Amino acid sequence: MSNPAVASNTQTNEWGGGKSPLAVSWGKMYMWFFLVSDAFTFSSLLIAYGTMRHRLADIWPKADDVFVHFPFVEGHIKLAYVGLMTFILIMSSVTMVLAVDAGHKMNRKSVAWWLGLTIIGGFIFLGSQAWEWYHFIHGTEQGAILMADGTVAHFIEGVANSLKLSNGTIVDGARAQQIIDTGTVFHGANMVHNEYGHPLFGNFFFFITGFHGFHVFSGVLINIIIWINVLRGVYDRRGHYEQIEKTGLYWHFVDLVWVFVFTFFYLV
Amino acid sequence: MSQENNDHSEKHEEGRVTHDIHHQFVEEHHKETSTRTIWITFWILLVVTMLEVGIAFTSVPRAILIWIFIALTLVKAYYIVFNFMHLGHERKPLIYSILLPFVLIIYLIVIALYEGSVLDIAG
Repeated sequence: MSNPAVASNTQTNEWGGGKSPLAVSWGKMYMWFFLVSDAFTFSSLLIAYGTMRHRLADIWPKADDVFVHFPFVEGHIKLAYVGLMTFILIMSSVTMVLAVDAGHKMNRKSVAWWLGLTIIGGFIFLGSQAWEWYHFIHGTEQGAILMADGTVAHFIEGVANSLKLSNGTIVDGARAQQIIDTGTVFHGANMVHNEYGHPLFGNFFFFITGFHGFHVFSGVLINIIIWINVLRGVYDRRGHYEQIEKTGLYWHFVDLVWVFVFTFFYLV
Repeated sequence: MSQENNDHSEKHEEGRVTHDIHHQFVEEHHKETSTRTIWITFWILLVVTMLEVGIAFTSVPRAILIWIFIALTLVKAYYIVFNFMHLGHERKPLIYSILLPFVLIIYLIVIALYEGSVLDIAG
């Protein structure tokens, strides 16, 4: 161990010690295995979501009816906003991989530039997510009716005086009028009630996109720390930019998770 | 990007010793991912995403649509993991030790969906 250069050159057995048989530094390998475990966490969350959705398929709200807002645009556009968010995150993944590439070439200025753009992309994504949460929590003008027994009745779009109860049955006429008279109207979603449909939809939405958003937030913080180090020339003195590769792995993983969240929350 | 720095990466080809308490010898054999590959990957990801949003508006039956979405998502995941995270450039044992555990996730999906169809919860 005291003279690794000699040890590595005389070593004939790949797994005999003194060098990395996987041709990867311990830091990068740890990052990979951390990401595997993190992927398991996200998989479990999305599978739990899928299980409940499968179970409650007939009363589950359709995500493209829920997230229809777009900044500065009146009216409803389905999928446009999350599509844009996906584009932003893919874009920041590209700038990150360009930063890693510049790191291989030991080009400090180029690394700082691309990493800086990655940080900006991360902030834009976080802002977008905050905007979407705001609209989900805020709800629609119409709202839904909280009935005396604590369950929720939803208005059916386009059909006057007709309600869908939380167990899926549709009522109209005098019965619907009675519910409207005795219940209270509320707007938006929280952990208990959800005007768009089953409250579990809200719970999963807040938990999964919140957990992902927290990952993005941590990623931005880590990127800022690395960026400051790049500007100070820490990695030039160290002789390599492997730190960019490691934080890059994490950043791409966050992008990867969003690809799955996008599919299972918004598309399917 | 910068041609004049190419001799630097040549020197890295053979490997280096990590500058920490481990003093581990790391062979470096990353074939430089060219900027071209990066942008091609970007366009693939963008086009696939637009395709997903696009077909969401068509009248393809929901049951088929779901499988198309899942297939396209796996395509995107492949490009992110292999081109952006450079997993394709790692040694085979590392690739397998990262990918094989996900067999358990497939198993979990199967049992969770079965569970989801028989679960007794209040609506």
